[in-house]
Amino acid sequence: MDFRHVHLPAAGSQPRPDETCPPGETHPLCNSLVRVLDDAGRAVGPWNPQLDPASLRRMLRNMALTRAFDERMYRGQRQGKTSFYMKSTGEEATAVAAAMALDFEDMVFPSYRQQGILISRGYPLIDMINQIYSNRADRLKGRQLPIMYSARSHNFFTISGNLATQLPQAVGWAMASASRGDTRIAATWVGEGSTAEGDFHSAMTFAAVYNVPVVFNVVNNQWAISSFSGFAGAERATFAARAIGYGIAGLRVDGNDPLAVYAAERWAADRARANLGPTLIEHFTYRAEGHSTSDDPGAYRSAQERAEWPLGDPIARLRDHLVALGEWSEAQQAAMDLELAEEVRAATKEAEKNGILGHGLHHPFKTMFEDVFEDLPWHLQEQAEQAIRERRIKWPEWKE
Amino acid sequence: MTVEEAPVSLQDAPGRRLTMIEAINEALDIMLTRDPDVVILGEDVGYFGGVFRATAGLQKKHGKNRVFDTPISEGGIIGVAVGMGAYGLRPVPEIQFADYIYPGLDQLVSEAARLRYRSAGEFIAPMTVRSPFGGGIFGGQTHSQSPEALFTHVAGLKTVVPSTPNDAKGLLIAAIEDNDPVIFFEPKRIYNGPFEGYYDRPVTPWAEHPDSLVPAGYYATPLGKARVVREGEAVTVLAYGTMVHVAGAVCREKGVDAELIDLRTLVPLDLETVQKSVEKTGKCLIVHEATRTSGFGAELSALVQERCFWHLEAPIERVTGFDTPYPHSLEWAYFPGPVRIGEALDRLLGH
Repeated sequence: MDFRHVHLPAAGSQPRPDETCPPGETHPLCNSLVRVLDDAGRAVGPWNPQLDPASLRRMLRNMALTRAFDERMYRGQRQGKTSFYMKSTGEEATAVAAAMALDFEDMVFPSYRQQGILISRGYPLIDMINQIYSNRADRLKGRQLPIMYSARSHNFFTISGNLATQLPQAVGWAMASASRGDTRIAATWVGEGSTAEGDFHSAMTFAAVYNVPVVFNVVNNQWAISSFSGFAGAERATFAARAIGYGIAGLRVDGNDPLAVYAAERWAADRARANLGPTLIEHFTYRAEGHSTSDDPGAYRSAQERAEWPLGDPIARLRDHLVALGEWSEAQQAAMDLELAEEVRAATKEAEKNGILGHGLHHPFKTMFEDVFEDLPWHLQEQAEQAIRERRIKWPEWKE
Repeated sequence: MTVEEAPVSLQDAPGRRLTMIEAINEALDIMLTRDPDVVILGEDVGYFGGVFRATAGLQKKHGKNRVFDTPISEGGIIGVAVGMGAYGLRPVPEIQFADYIYPGLDQLVSEAARLRYRSAGEFIAPMTVRSPFGGGIFGGQTHSQSPEALFTHVAGLKTVVPSTPNDAKGLLIAAIEDNDPVIFFEPKRIYNGPFEGYYDRPVTPWAEHPDSLVPAGYYATPLGKARVVREGEAVTVLAYGTMVHVAGAVCREKGVDAELIDLRTLVPLDLETVQKSVEKTGKCLIVHEATRTSGFGAELSALVQERCFWHLEAPIERVTGFDTPYPHSLEWAYFPGPVRIGEALDRLLGH
């Protein structure tokens, strides 16, 4: 991709309409870029969320932990411990800062690259790793591809793998919440490429028609596997500008500026909670690494593209901001990185006691047939017996 | 819960003569009243009461939060219902015609059907998708299809087809109470009267049919249980929906001592009742209106062959729609009517 024509307005130069404004007042922002952190690491302008240093450090830590986790899990896949992994390197802010702007009780309907939400909400790393290894402690009983988490305890909806299906679901959840006078809202994430799906448009239509308390996060990381954002229409209009056509609020933010992401998400969440309707937020960010462990970005994008990306790295930018505030230091950063790597390492070791993929330590065999229906119908009962027979033929010593 | 109605036994309940539409409307009304989690959504279902009047009066009675119109977006309707179910509601979306269900297929097949499995029970989709299906109303190729086999093929979905007002009410209540997603196909040809397959004879009203006697109040007809409409010795006839009436009439007029089984639920199937009957009669005729290739009849035929092979005295017969789109002007040439059924019966009984 060529980033030379990306228009970057100065940080702090974008107006911040009141959360109660008519949707149209946000529409100029759909073609701009909300930015808070300037090149000197200062937080400037009306979108500055004025977070206290402790919150900023927590945000930094959540992003750094996400990155450390990704590094370790990626290596684990390369070492054959699991089949698949997806890193979120470079776009951690779009999950972490957004999650921190929501209430813990708000229901999130993520896509597949928002592990930062779980980490921000304090979901145990070991449970994430057990899922990635599909081992005997995997809460999802080894049924899902790695990283397709589900965590009801942390108000995190089950990840599908089919794209954009979570959008109308988030709308339906939020409609149900609103109809009950519940103050919880829904937030959902989708890649820019998947905005081409029909589900994106049905979700936007329903959200607009019923004024639903939902926040749509479009993570525009420039790439959908090998297809640049133009294949989803980025050369014609911004993704935030989709909001204009539906008559809902829209914001376009610097997705590598954690403070801008936080401020935008908080604005949209407050608006939704006040029953003032949905907001579409485009997070303009960059997928710094491959789509997944099954991908080779070298085959379709230049090696120097990451360096040419103009909006930097979200962790480095927040670190610089904290340092500029006198609330953080390079030494503290280095110590934190070591500590987080150790935390991930320890969780990984612990999880490995429950097994890694393909080494026999999985859930009991009969669980394969459970949860298709609430009760086991006769045909699945018969098939379960067949599967057990096959097992006994192959391994006569095998016990259930 | 605002009103708690005591369940009644079918024998004791005061019955009224209802059409299938009235029975469905009553089931929805009862469930909206009994369970505050039940919501109805779909195109034209609210203010107008549905193009077939199945939801007539329900919005007025239960309010717009419970019964509401939606955008024309079947994918959206099902997707939103999945989310509502995840919240804890019990949505009953209507897809105006089964022929329109395909934009919602991904949400049904990949989402609703698998939510419980993929989340290991953390999230479920306790929805009942109601949709009129089948032909015989000059609906042409986009208002006549019978796509039930697409859904019976999907792990995690239940598929139900009522054939009488009495069953329509009881099965719909059971479907709504079920914690798994249910596809509830309503044979629209018999919404307002049973149909015996003779398009050129006068239409009979439900009032003259014994199964239009519908008890007032709440009752549930369990899913997964077939109904033996008529006991017989000569041949087992397996049918569902409109074809129960058509096949029954043909047997009656031909004087065949058939055991007629209304399957009611395709998944989970009541194979026990089917097997017992075929073991008794030794002959099996399967009738459905849907296209033939890979239709549900193929599954039934395979199951009967697997379970009853040594009892069979003749090859299993399948009577189905043809493998063409449902034609408009030649609708009755497509429809698996008395001639096609009669010919198959003759073949079976000739053995």
